[in-house]
Amino acid sequence: MSINWFKYSSPQTFFPLAGTLAAFFGTLAALACAVGLYIGFFVAPTDAQQGESYRIIFIHVPAAWMSMFLYVVMAFWAGVGLAFNTRLSGMMASAIAPTGALFTFIALWTGSLWGKPTWGTWWVWDARLTSELILLFLYFGFMALQAAIDDPRRADKAGALLALVGVVNVPIIYFSVKWWNTLHQGASVSLSKSPTMATTMLTAMLIMTFGFWFYGIAAVLLRARCIVLERERGSEWTTKYLRAAA
Amino acid sequence: MTWGSFDNFLAMGGYGLYVWGSYGVTLVLMAAELVLLARRRRNAVERAR
Repeated sequence: MSINWFKYSSPQTFFPLAGTLAAFFGTLAALACAVGLYIGFFVAPTDAQQGESYRIIFIHVPAAWMSMFLYVVMAFWAGVGLAFNTRLSGMMASAIAPTGALFTFIALWTGSLWGKPTWGTWWVWDARLTSELILLFLYFGFMALQAAIDDPRRADKAGALLALVGVVNVPIIYFSVKWWNTLHQGASVSLSKSPTMATTMLTAMLIMTFGFWFYGIAAVLLRARCIVLERERGSEWTTKYLRAAA
Repeated sequence: MTWGSFDNFLAMGGYGLYVWGSYGVTLVLMAAELVLLARRRRNAVERAR
């Protein structure tokens, strides 16, 4: 059996599929967040050192992971668009940026509110915090650059270059706590050693990660659908689709 | 984990401001994103018609 990989790279076939998938992942996100928050607030015990303030972890870490992950996915689609000149790739990259920026802001905001009671300060210019702030500026820069260029295909190309150069920052964020002496703690969860957290805490955090992940997929697909409609306006299939939907 | 009372739950062992400040802003921002997406879709559909 051969699969036609390019079938869904056409906006016309992508559009209805994205709608179905967005509803599916949106529902999963709501379920995962409900279960994750229940375990996080009613099953996971009080932390011996930090008391209840540690419960910020259930959104802080998932948001921070998603902020980096979405950037890599955005750069991937931007790169595919640049290499193969496929219409949908650039639309996907543009659709990811605002949600990526949202998660980056949430990671910084919750980190600040966690830092105050734990470190005694809202903010320090240590490597982890600074590189995450740079990530936020990369997302903003990508969005501003695209918004400043009228022709969407040229906006895609310029944005793709910025996204690809900026991807250097992602490993810097991830390894910053190893490479430099930071106030931010090292990784509690990594692939190479067992997690340094209580099981219920870890479970809640991982379920919340899936919740944020699914939310991100749903939001990105919904935005991609808007972008498709905006860019393909006037084409035969959008007119037909909208007439059928009305 | 049992909180005993709703007040205890809200207080979060004295860290209520930090914990609810984190969760509240996250919830508001995600809800705002969904509202903005719905509005963007409405506009896109109207202009494409």
